[in-house]
Amino acid sequence: MNIIKKIYFLYYDGFKNMKLGKSLWLIILIKLVVMFGIVKWMFFPNHLKTNFDTDLQRGNYVLEQLTQTKEN
Amino acid sequence: MENELALVDWSRAQFALTALYHWLFVPLTLGLTFIVAIMETIYVKTGDIWWKNTTKFWMGLLAINFAIGLATGIIMEFEFGTNWSNYAWIVGDIFGAPLAIEGLMAFFMESTFFAVMFFGWDKVSKGMHLTSTWLVALGSNLSALWILVANGWMQHPVGMKFNPDTARNEMQNFWEVLFNPNGVSKFLHTISSGYVLASLFVIGISAWYLLKKREVLFAKRSMIVAASFGFLTSLFLLISGDESAYNVAQKQPMKLAAMEGLYHGEGKAGIVALGILKPEEEILKDPKHPFYFDIEIPNALSFLAHHSADAYVPGVNDLVYGNEEHGIESVASKMQKGKLAVQALTDYKKFKKEGNDKEAKIALKTFEKYQHVMGYGYLKEPTDAVPNVPIVFYSFHIMVGLGTWFLLLFIVVLYFSMINEIENKRLLLMLTVLTLPMGYVAQEAGWIVAEVGRQPWAIQDMLPVGMATSNISTTSVQITFWLFAVLFTALLIAEIKIMFKQIQIGPEGGH
Repeated sequence: MNIIKKIYFLYYDGFKNMKLGKSLWLIILIKLVVMFGIVKWMFFPNHLKTNFDTDLQRGNYVLEQLTQTKEN
Repeated sequence: MENELALVDWSRAQFALTALYHWLFVPLTLGLTFIVAIMETIYVKTGDIWWKNTTKFWMGLLAINFAIGLATGIIMEFEFGTNWSNYAWIVGDIFGAPLAIEGLMAFFMESTFFAVMFFGWDKVSKGMHLTSTWLVALGSNLSALWILVANGWMQHPVGMKFNPDTARNEMQNFWEVLFNPNGVSKFLHTISSGYVLASLFVIGISAWYLLKKREVLFAKRSMIVAASFGFLTSLFLLISGDESAYNVAQKQPMKLAAMEGLYHGEGKAGIVALGILKPEEEILKDPKHPFYFDIEIPNALSFLAHHSADAYVPGVNDLVYGNEEHGIESVASKMQKGKLAVQALTDYKKFKKEGNDKEAKIALKTFEKYQHVMGYGYLKEPTDAVPNVPIVFYSFHIMVGLGTWFLLLFIVVLYFSMINEIENKRLLLMLTVLTLPMGYVAQEAGWIVAEVGRQPWAIQDMLPVGMATSNISTTSVQITFWLFAVLFTALLIAEIKIMFKQIQIGPEGGH
């Protein structure tokens, strides 16, 4: 059996014979969908990427923030 | 522009919440990978199938922890981009390389060696399987290295230069960033704390089996491995903690003063082993006596901070108001310099825009002279440079007190395990079970010391948290705070439930 087949069956049999692992994979999948499909998409846009098109604009914006008299 | 205080506070609370929850999962993975690697090594060396089953059981619990904890850290990256966009932009060049390496390393390690470790029993050779298990242990710990390098840099920024044209810190020397003493000591202290937690986890669950008079041989053998590992790594934790505190004393003296509740600096300073702080108003009236009650170890703080029993250790007031005798500059003076840096940056930008290169050069020179204290230019009051002393003090003492208890526990458990008496010591077994949650308390307390202790800085002396936040709506941060609180609590409940179920099944359960 060549190495590709061996690797394929390692994963195939591994996933097929899982007991507890099946529930864990389900949790991982739900979590990833919630995090990337809902949380990231709905609540966490990248502030600078969304509001500016170029790095130059982003840099200028941050410089503006730093040089205006905003205090802690 | 001035971001409202509520926005900064909610953004900090949200980051703290996600970081604290994330850290419930990580340290167990860091340590348990090594414990299963040691157990599997014993199996490969002895050929005793019993050790293989023991390894597989603990590996199953590792899988649960890993799966539930997986990607909880991603949330923090979301927060960087949304809530902390100024900060993310400013540190982008420094964090880019370590975090990219971390991402690649985690991906390759997890998709290859993790798979061999869990799926490869009886499919690959014993040697290959063992190598994969050790690589998972090393890989997950190295993965932590890059995160802690980034964290260490924020606490002691080195190897970079701020570019006033792009508003970014640009890496000048990768090796200086990687071998930043603050990052190295933080890495060693953090991973060893994970080893201690994992050891407490194994001896705690094993003690539960012994109390139930179940899986006796399995529990006793597991206890010997974990208590030995816990004992050795506790010693290392002590050494790395000392090194970490030494670095804090050199680079973040305010944090050290807060850790010790030291308001009035002194030579031959002692460490407060146990103490109850007075309220702030009372301390301000009499800063020499900030405690209602304390037990002190004489000279220990001077020795810890400067490796000399007579050395002077500055207190909070010395650092805020300055101390000429000991050459300590006041915060007010740093604030003046910081404001000059901010003004020089403003001028530089203006002159560049106008094409006045000569004036821009002069402004740049002024900026470079004071940029190391630029962050002070954003503070309103000198006392803004002081973190919350009671939180830092009590967290530090809880962490150290529990760490000492863990070391003693490992010694006692190891002794009674070695003389084969452990199963008869029911009180000790009960204490061992009860100590397991304390391991998590110590972990979180350690991070509170590190992160609350460095306030108000997002980047030490350069960028206060108020300047690091994005100008977004406070309400959206509040909503996501509660969303995460619910999400992470659900994950934690899932972890505990699945873990308990698997422990109930015992070493015969599959993965």
